[in-house]
Amino acid sequence: MNAPLHLWLIPLLPFAGFLLNGILGRGLPKWIVTTIAILAPLGSFLVVLYACLFVRSGPTDPDLAPVIHLMPYSENFGHWINLGALHIDFSFVLDQLSLVMLLVITGVGFLIHIYSVGYMHDEPGYARYFSFLNLFLFFMTVLVLAGNILLMFVGWEGVGLASYLLIGFYFQKNSAAAAGKKAFIVNRIGDFGFLIGIFLLLANFGTLTFAEIASNLAANPAWQGGILTVICLCLLLGATGKSAQLPLYIWLPDAMEGPTPVSALIHAATMVTAGVYMIARTHVLFDHSPFALDVVAIVGAATALFAATIALVQNDIKRVLAYSTISQLGYMFLACGVAAYSAGIFHLMTHAFFKALLFLAAGSVIHSLGGQQDLRKMGGLRKKLPVTFWTMTVAVFAIAGFPPLAAFFSKDAILYAAFLHGTIGKALWFVGILTALLTSFYMFRLWYLTFMGESRSPDVHAHESPWSMLGPLVILALLSIGGGWIGIERFGAFLAPSVGALPTETGAGHLELILTLIAVAVALEGLLIADKFYRRKKEIPAQRAASFPAGYKLLSNKYYVDEFYDAFIVKPLFAVSKYVLGWVIDVGILGGIAWLLAGIATFAGAILQRWQSGNLRSYAAWLAAGAAVLLLFVLIPWTSVWPDSLHLIQKAAGH
Amino acid sequence: MSFLQQDVPLSWYLLLSAALFSLGVVGFLIKRNLITVFMSIELMLTAVNLSFVTFAHQWHMVKGQIFVFFVMVVAAAEAAVGLAIIIAVFRARATLSVDRIDLMKL
Repeated sequence: MNAPLHLWLIPLLPFAGFLLNGILGRGLPKWIVTTIAILAPLGSFLVVLYACLFVRSGPTDPDLAPVIHLMPYSENFGHWINLGALHIDFSFVLDQLSLVMLLVITGVGFLIHIYSVGYMHDEPGYARYFSFLNLFLFFMTVLVLAGNILLMFVGWEGVGLASYLLIGFYFQKNSAAAAGKKAFIVNRIGDFGFLIGIFLLLANFGTLTFAEIASNLAANPAWQGGILTVICLCLLLGATGKSAQLPLYIWLPDAMEGPTPVSALIHAATMVTAGVYMIARTHVLFDHSPFALDVVAIVGAATALFAATIALVQNDIKRVLAYSTISQLGYMFLACGVAAYSAGIFHLMTHAFFKALLFLAAGSVIHSLGGQQDLRKMGGLRKKLPVTFWTMTVAVFAIAGFPPLAAFFSKDAILYAAFLHGTIGKALWFVGILTALLTSFYMFRLWYLTFMGESRSPDVHAHESPWSMLGPLVILALLSIGGGWIGIERFGAFLAPSVGALPTETGAGHLELILTLIAVAVALEGLLIADKFYRRKKEIPAQRAASFPAGYKLLSNKYYVDEFYDAFIVKPLFAVSKYVLGWVIDVGILGGIAWLLAGIATFAGAILQRWQSGNLRSYAAWLAAGAAVLLLFVLIPWTSVWPDSLHLIQKAAGH
Repeated sequence: MSFLQQDVPLSWYLLLSAALFSLGVVGFLIKRNLITVFMSIELMLTAVNLSFVTFAHQWHMVKGQIFVFFVMVVAAAEAAVGLAIIIAVFRARATLSVDRIDLMKL
């Protein structure tokens, strides 16, 4: 009947790019590497767009019916695991949620590939970089398209691998290699929770397919809490690892050691949102566990506020953005936690636009300053980098929540949904609005320090980046402006079949208006404070820091969380590894057994060695003695000497 | 040949064979001269040949006789190679005492 949509092409094209550039890239001319690397995500993006044309949420007019697929549309590529009653397939599902995610991933991914051509132009390892980037797209699209949670886990682990490889791209730098390891290990902790969640799902549902789990739960509406809460909390642990939420957020700031386009694509726009996507994808489970939902909301709100306070005083432009990413991901978790999944996905989408733009613009600044990332050494770049300045301005106003830019709509939707959410909702809303104030302030702080005033490194000759970098900036700026105009009502209605309808309250029109006005006022307030601090009275920040030395120190040292983990988790683990596992078990028990066995063999060998005298006649004597023994054995009538032996011989002969 | 069958019992031949074999073994074990050792081996082969022939005759099977020829051919070849080795050893080491030819020791 209907022509298939060839979903398999979406991951496979980047994978082909990965193989080609990864195996042959080193020997190929640069323009071929570039062509392969760009065509792969472009091809995926076109396949997604093609799919967009031929899927509908509901019935459409009958003329088109023969070529239209209804969502969810699935493609099955055969069995993966067949164990008794357990069947896990290689199946891809395209529904409203994965469609939005795919558009963001392949679209933004394609733009960032183009940007990377300019940014990475002079770097060694050009082909390696692009092969890893394509590998990332492969796993990310698998993650999003997966029709069951195990295939999703494959993508989940794969993006972690790609992230590790790209964070450690400058592997000669110790800090980069260490950051890669840190990201990998911290994610392992989250993945442990995810795996336990998968096992529990398998044990309780007997299937890992999202659709079957959903129908199973729909058939038992009374099933609340209990084991579902445990499953949800395990999945949440996985999500906090991947999406850098409390308490596992520590890897993301360090991940900024990777090249800036990587930070934009993986550590801002796409991979770190996988946790949000996972919660939205498994929302039927969370809907049956109010406690787990509250935990999600509280984790999200706490992370949003926590990361925003750290971002206030960071001086590395990429670190400010990293903490801002953590904070914005906290908003998305908050949205999921109040069961407003489509608001979370809406913010995920707009965040992908403006945060990718922020990172790419920051990359453009860093690129033009020859690698300088310290805000204190920037300034006055407004005139020298006009395109970067204007696109960054759009992004800063967007993230601060100014209408009519994209994040205004999405953040507003989240805060409104939080406010409607029962008793803790008001507190969540307050934390959210406070975070919005902080967000606005630190983003304008970054903006003032980078572009306004006078240059604080006059000897550096800044130059605008090439158009391969500025083009994506302009496109993303347009998306950051217009990405939210669809509005949460239409977006939520579109996503409703996948993630459930938005919670609403009738007759709350004026309430929404008031909340919106408060949000805008808060954003404006942030701008004004930043303006006062960093333009009109530049001595204030230093005064404030001096008047609250303890607070300032606490913030600039990121609440000493890294030190805390180091002292209470890493060090004890190292001690246990070294003394218990290393000395007692490895050297003592395992090594001891090995030495014992070797000793027995050596001792036996030393005795038997004397046999091998080299003396011909002694050999001959043993030979003769052996022959004599055999002869004796044959000649002696055993049955008379030892009557039982007859029985034994018969038994041996099989009688 | 008929007197063999009638007059001398089978066991006599076997006893002679066993005696010859034992002589060969003892000679192999106690003699130090390599050539004597070699001759002892030949003696053992001959003893085995004798028992082959005896049994072949007793059971009227020609296979035993044929086997004897094989043994003799192999023994002849072995004698040729073995003597050549002995000469080579003597040239190299100026001795034929088996106690001093112990290069095969590890």
